[in-house]
Amino acid sequence: MEATKKEQLIVSVSPHVRSDETTSRIMWTVSIALMPALLAGFYFFGLKAIFITALCVASCVVFELWYLKTVGKKSVVGDGSAFLTGLLLGMNMPASLWSFSPFTIHVPVIASFVTIVITKQLFGGLGFNVFNPALIGRAFALLSWPKAMTIWNEPAVAFFAMDAKTTATPLGILKEEGLAKLIEVFGDKMNLYMHLLSGNRAGSIGEVSAIALIIGGLFLLYKKYITWHIPVSFLATAAVMAWVFGGKDPVTGKMVLMTGDPIIHLISGGMMLGAWFMATDYVTSPSVRNGQILFGIGCGFLTMIIRLKGGFPEGVMFAILIMNCFAPLIDRSFKAKVFGAVKQEKAKETK
Amino acid sequence: MGTATFRGGIHPSDKKELAANSPITDAKASKIVVIPLSQHIGAPCNPVVTIGQEVKKGQVVGEPSAFVSSPVHASVSGKVVAIGEFPNAMGRMINSIIIENDGKEEWTQLKDNPDYLGLSPEELKEKVKAAGIVGMGGAAFPTVVKLSPPKEKPIDAVLINGAECEPYLTADYRLMIEKPKEVVEGLKVLMKILGVQKGYIGIEDNKPEAIAKMIEAAAGDASISVITCEVKYPQGAEKMLIKAVLGREVPPRALPMDVGVVVQNVGTALAIYEAARYGKPLIERVVTVTGEGINQPKNLNVRIGTKIADLIEACGGFKDGVAKVISGGPMMGFALSSLDVAVTKGTSGILVMPEDIVAHGEEFGPCIRCGRCIDICPMGLMPSMLSVLSERGFYEEAKEYNLFDCFECGSCAFVCPSKRPIVQFVRLAKSMVKP
Repeated sequence: MEATKKEQLIVSVSPHVRSDETTSRIMWTVSIALMPALLAGFYFFGLKAIFITALCVASCVVFELWYLKTVGKKSVVGDGSAFLTGLLLGMNMPASLWSFSPFTIHVPVIASFVTIVITKQLFGGLGFNVFNPALIGRAFALLSWPKAMTIWNEPAVAFFAMDAKTTATPLGILKEEGLAKLIEVFGDKMNLYMHLLSGNRAGSIGEVSAIALIIGGLFLLYKKYITWHIPVSFLATAAVMAWVFGGKDPVTGKMVLMTGDPIIHLISGGMMLGAWFMATDYVTSPSVRNGQILFGIGCGFLTMIIRLKGGFPEGVMFAILIMNCFAPLIDRSFKAKVFGAVKQEKAKETK
Repeated sequence: MGTATFRGGIHPSDKKELAANSPITDAKASKIVVIPLSQHIGAPCNPVVTIGQEVKKGQVVGEPSAFVSSPVHASVSGKVVAIGEFPNAMGRMINSIIIENDGKEEWTQLKDNPDYLGLSPEELKEKVKAAGIVGMGGAAFPTVVKLSPPKEKPIDAVLINGAECEPYLTADYRLMIEKPKEVVEGLKVLMKILGVQKGYIGIEDNKPEAIAKMIEAAAGDASISVITCEVKYPQGAEKMLIKAVLGREVPPRALPMDVGVVVQNVGTALAIYEAARYGKPLIERVVTVTGEGINQPKNLNVRIGTKIADLIEACGGFKDGVAKVISGGPMMGFALSSLDVAVTKGTSGILVMPEDIVAHGEEFGPCIRCGRCIDICPMGLMPSMLSVLSERGFYEEAKEYNLFDCFECGSCAFVCPSKRPIVQFVRLAKSMVKP
């Protein structure tokens, strides 16, 4: 008994056991889930894609370190969140930014600054940012350098090629010249689908390969790092919208209801990257599952509104950013149902 | 049909194998026992003995001072050597009676009454009250109060809680294996007191031997059913168990009696049987002494008032590098600052954790709003919001997120990837605002 008396016992609040899940493990696992899509991007856009992605990751990590040091916060770079953000930012950039004439290599660096310092850290750091940092970084770059951000290299040219030919994205063609032209470019419809699925088409580095993104998304679902709520509601809404409002009379160009092609819309642009990896960002999406369905519907709806009626060929980025604003509000109104609570209690809550 | 369950919950590693196969053995009574006059929820007792007085085993030493209270008894025979304030397991100073054990083990009157089920409900209830029985699952709520529901709340089911969902603990498990008949008899006494036709025993799926034993013990009595529940923490929380077994949801802030149910722990049922049959007061209980840091994990039958240090010794002492000793289970138990404190009626286990498995709580990150805690909260709360609001001092706002419906099961803090001390934040907020 004397021996035990001398022990210095730790006293802390319950629970005394914890799961081994950690924030950094989540960040690194999501990064791993992005690998298939990233490798597809590297395959199709070569060395330039690797340079741009590496530049974004490095810039994001350096800006995070620099900011935390400047304000005297403890460094948390090891948690992997800056790495993941940089990765997502890089994957949302066109490989063509790696260009010395005109010089556009500063674009990813400045976008990284906006991403990490302004969107994430100035809002309070991890967990407190209202908007998806990588998407704000991309939006900032797109609005600041609209030309450089929309130069799309043709995929699958030689890996080391530094002067790839430029082309338009499938969504760009669809918007400007219509479906008939898009099919013509790719030969036939089946061929178009195959190109969109595999990633052999113009676009941002990480968004092109729909199949690789789906593999990564399913991996996250399997690992229970995300749930089906946001991706499914996002994609389903977009598909319905595309089918109902996406069809045009080939002669007059007028909208013909319920003749659109949902598949093209689902596997082109940033749809898959957005639905699986951007909209599911924990911090900037609702955390109540039912609320996530509304969030996903909003994302899908706004994406298609922008694609079909807006000035941009692609709407995923703005759709998610707009819905980010509503995430806290959605959480508040979808407050989880308390065990045993009777339904009529809802009325009481409105003040 | 699947096993009975509830929404939410977690699956911590149960670690029950450490002590599950160790039969219940009697721990040697200490030379000195400390009987706190408050071992239960409710008013403390008044001492009814004086210093120097000789007492016998089972003699009342503290009388309840209010309805919600429970008498305490001498757990050894011997001499009262002191009455005064001594720290209890939580470190609070509690008026206690110190008895020096004379080793004679002399009982007060104990009378075998084999026809206990022939007694009237009032007589049985009186026996439960006199025996000082409280809920032995940990909360230590006076049992007689639970057995006195107001007339407007008719009770139609008694539920014996054999879930023992806390990892590591095996006291109830051993009781169900070693004394299944007695537990069933305790249930019958409860049903008689409450005039109830239906009795249930809810046991988690990971205790097949206990389930088999209880089914065997209850065989031939159609009014008693043994229900297999899914292995999931906190299956043993009253509200969760009622939901799983009976499909009834106890409304927020309400009690099981509001849905016509009384829930009693396995150990309590045994104590009730012993009180009804022999008039035996609650002076001992089964305590699981376990954990990776103890040499010989055991299930011990321990006198109330035994020092925890003596139990550690009875189990071969600590291994090297012990960092934390917990009274109760790892999810809801509390860490002890000293081992010189007494086992009370609510002490279900002593868990000894070495340094390498202690979850250090001093460093935690910001909430990343992943929603895991919302998914698993058995009460359907938003622990993430509660912790964030409490962290920033918005206690009133936390109330609007149903702060007071939280029963601090700790599932949220268990799953939190940022290792946030959510239970701590909830307790802080609860202490800062009125319900």
